[in-house]
Amino acid sequence: MSLEDIYKDAIMDHYARPRGRGKLEHPVIVYHAHNPTCGDEIEVQANVEDGRIQDVRFSGHGCSISQASASMMTVAMKGKTLPEAKATLAKFLGMMRGEPGSYKELGEVQALQGVSRLPVRLKCATLAWHALEVGLSQHESGQSPRGPVHVLESKDL
Amino acid sequence: MLNVADIRKDFPIMGQKVHGHPLVYLDNAATTQKPRQVIDAIVRYYETSNANVHRGVHTLAERATEQYEEAREKVTRFINAPSRRNVIFTRNSSESLNVVAYSWARKFLKPGDEIVVTPMEHHSNLVPWQQVALHTGAKLRFIEMLPNGLLRTDNLGEIITEKTRLVAVTQASNVLGTINPVTGIVRLAHQVGAKVVVDGAQSVPHIPVDVQALDLDWLAFSGHKMLGPTGIGVLYGREDLLDSMDPFLFGGEMISRVYLECAEWSELPHKFEAGTPNIAGAIGLGAAIDYLNQLGMKNVSDHEQRLVRYAIERLEAIDGFRLYGPKEPRGGLVAFNLGDVHPHDVATVLDTYGVAIRAGHHCAQPLANWLDVTATNRASFYIYNDEADVDTLASALVKTKEFFSHVA
Repeated sequence: MSLEDIYKDAIMDHYARPRGRGKLEHPVIVYHAHNPTCGDEIEVQANVEDGRIQDVRFSGHGCSISQASASMMTVAMKGKTLPEAKATLAKFLGMMRGEPGSYKELGEVQALQGVSRLPVRLKCATLAWHALEVGLSQHESGQSPRGPVHVLESKDL
Repeated sequence: MLNVADIRKDFPIMGQKVHGHPLVYLDNAATTQKPRQVIDAIVRYYETSNANVHRGVHTLAERATEQYEEAREKVTRFINAPSRRNVIFTRNSSESLNVVAYSWARKFLKPGDEIVVTPMEHHSNLVPWQQVALHTGAKLRFIEMLPNGLLRTDNLGEIITEKTRLVAVTQASNVLGTINPVTGIVRLAHQVGAKVVVDGAQSVPHIPVDVQALDLDWLAFSGHKMLGPTGIGVLYGREDLLDSMDPFLFGGEMISRVYLECAEWSELPHKFEAGTPNIAGAIGLGAAIDYLNQLGMKNVSDHEQRLVRYAIERLEAIDGFRLYGPKEPRGGLVAFNLGDVHPHDVATVLDTYGVAIRAGHHCAQPLANWLDVTATNRASFYIYNDEADVDTLASALVKTKEFFSHVA
């Protein structure tokens, strides 16, 4: 595997110029995820209005893959209805698990597909997406958005 | 001087290519590779002598027992223990330290007692003592560290006091490479009546260690970090201390007499080896010790010292390279960061050049906090590494820097 197979241009671009970085003033979804193998932390925040993700942001620190993936996630999710967002999440996680199929609808997020061949880096790529997934389900079950720091283990994949 | 070219021929794993490049294995602080001699010893045992130890009367059982105990004898001589009664086989350093925590510390420590630890410990020599403190009411105290990664020694007398019952310290840091002044710490601890348990996971494989010269109470180390297989470790203990301790695991092998309601324990060291032990693992470790003895531990240590000095000189010339830990005295490893490039990215890029290093907190999160980093890279050397490996590492780091130059 070459460097270019892993660090695709889209990944390097999102790493260098992250989209959706920052925090929201009154988020209804807040989820703080931590990768215990490397110490990376990402907090995902989102606002939902009329069943649509009106805005989504991420903050924290981590490697190029985790930061680029979080940035791509915010672009992919903004404006989606909750069912659409969940479908995209499922599609993304399926791609990262290496399930066969077409992932064209994921657009530039497909750049992360190469990472699915690096088991150790998989968690970096999925951290922000898992954070949103848990945040969404907490929101739907009416839980308070500010929970404790949650640790995502590999079994979460 | 070690003949690295000859040594490499003994390691079957070394010949391979990773992503099209010859493997450069620099993750020896995590685990070392195994020479043909160790692999063969394990295979030979299973092919010619496999049986359970210490019970059968048939020929194979005698042969297996003899080889298992011969391995213990090799360990005994390697660390200059007074007798094989002092040498307990465990799974690894973590288990060895847990034996001391459960069988000695939990039995004897009381509220008001103090356990002295350092902030540079591997989790395996910190978390067991946190648990002992929790269960006995004893308090943890920490030796301070100087900015250069050495332990502060001028105020040791204020930390190791009459209240101290146990000092738990690593002989060599798995991140900073710091070699700690164990002799001085032991002297001070013994003056106040405290015991000392030393984590030798990163020292026994790399420097000559003499438990009697160092006057250690306990020493823990792992076989897999010194050419041996995984799943075999050692706890050395002073005989009077081992006698005072209760067994950690109960069951077969560790008993002398069993009645329906009670039982009596075997003699040392078997009292601490419940159940069928890792016989092949012990034999493999014995073969690893033979291999290291043939090289000479002084030569191993000199080789690594030369290599790490060369590595520091070579790597510090790279723009953005930041070394952690002292320059002297230092074990054969370098922890570093490369500008703002995340260690996981560095390790991934290096892997595409066939260079295996570790990235992360190296099971020492409090130390990472102390260094104010979430993660570092670590290249760690052993007997089969040479200057050419360092050169490959250096040029791969330069390429990593270039690759990330427009973003980090």
